[in-house]
Amino acid sequence: MAERRLRVLVGKPGLDGHDRGAKIIARAFRDAGFEVIYTGLHQTPEQIVAASIQEDVDLIALSILSGAHNTLLPAVYSTLKEKGAEDIMLMAGGVIPEDDIPGLKAAGVAEIFTPGTSTEVIVDWVRSNVHPRA
Amino acid sequence: MTLAERVLDGDIRAAARLMRDIDDRMKSAVNELKALYPHTGNAYILGLTGPPGAGKSTLVDQIVAAYRKKDLLVGVVAIDPTSPFTGGAILGDRIRMNRHAEDSGVFIRSLATRGALGGMSRSTMDVVNVMDAMGMDVIVVETVGVGQDEVDIVSTAHTTAVVMVPGLGDDIQAIKAGILEIGDVFVVNKADRDGADRTARELTTMLEMQHPEPGAWLPHVVKTEGARGVGIEALVEEFEAHREYLKNSGHLQRLIEERNAKLFADTLRDELFDTVFGAIRESGRYQQILDGLRERSTDPYSAVEQVLAAHAFS
Repeated sequence: MAERRLRVLVGKPGLDGHDRGAKIIARAFRDAGFEVIYTGLHQTPEQIVAASIQEDVDLIALSILSGAHNTLLPAVYSTLKEKGAEDIMLMAGGVIPEDDIPGLKAAGVAEIFTPGTSTEVIVDWVRSNVHPRA
Repeated sequence: MTLAERVLDGDIRAAARLMRDIDDRMKSAVNELKALYPHTGNAYILGLTGPPGAGKSTLVDQIVAAYRKKDLLVGVVAIDPTSPFTGGAILGDRIRMNRHAEDSGVFIRSLATRGALGGMSRSTMDVVNVMDAMGMDVIVVETVGVGQDEVDIVSTAHTTAVVMVPGLGDDIQAIKAGILEIGDVFVVNKADRDGADRTARELTTMLEMQHPEPGAWLPHVVKTEGARGVGIEALVEEFEAHREYLKNSGHLQRLIEERNAKLFADTLRDELFDTVFGAIRESGRYQQILDGLRERSTDPYSAVEQVLAAHAFS
């Protein structure tokens, strides 16, 4: 029987090697019934976008703890646009200062979660904001 | 333009979307597959199977690199399990191969099993057909990590490689029925580990116990270290040798016919069930049957016979 299932890419752009947060999110998404494509560490924006297109995901969820979010996240969004794939939503989590959040949202990041956010809050946000494309 | 036309035109997003529609069992996907079918049948399909953690994804990454060196277009279908409790899945095979993500000559797709047994997803054959129609020369199908009995890959792939690692059991494991019977090529990966020679020897002994007909293919054991790229050339040569054998022996035609028959039978089974079950649920007949079963006034066997008698199939 026909049924759309949400597909999410979870990955870590750039050079930081701390993937515990990304793994916890991947697990929470799995438990929420989503299909998670986990690409792991050290991904370039181009790799992330190419994988997202091939996997036909609805959402890209990136974890950044390196401080390079102001460079990497806008780069992912502009690469999505370049490929005509900006309909894929982009969210991020990690150590991201409050002051940087408005700029990132203006640069195409739909939502940003900072340390201490429970996985329920994040899953709820995905459920109410991301819908599998028809 | 339809999705199928866009796929034939080389549109990556259209191909990815069609694979999604197939996996989500959208009715519209059937028409697209019909349109693509005449454009399939050209790719060489290679299956990799073996236990979890044997290094299948890392080997796929190396195999992709080897075929790209020969300037061939490569598709990958990587399957991981769906949670039986939540329906969610973590598809992690891509971690090992994402260096190819930006190579336009490579298309990688992760699939979840979505309840299918046998080490594959129901959509595998159709997704392989889309990649075939995209013009991929080689399509590598990586099954979920399997145990002893998940052998569906043989009816999809032209060449099946069974990937083992040292230390999984003694030579009695090697003579049991199941996945060790299906390999056209056997790989002992992580060959730098203790016991690799012994595992290779036990597999070879097992293979030598067979009494093949003259001219039949004799599977070999190839030792590899996927993470360091050791033994990959020999492995790909073995694939190519098997492919030659298939072509020259006429075995390829038999395989293709078996594969066609299976795709037809699987589609028929799915469609018949969906059609009949949908109709009796709609009409209330299904509820009557459940009531009858509860009261023991009917039995499952008679109920099915009566449902089938109501339809003419000749």
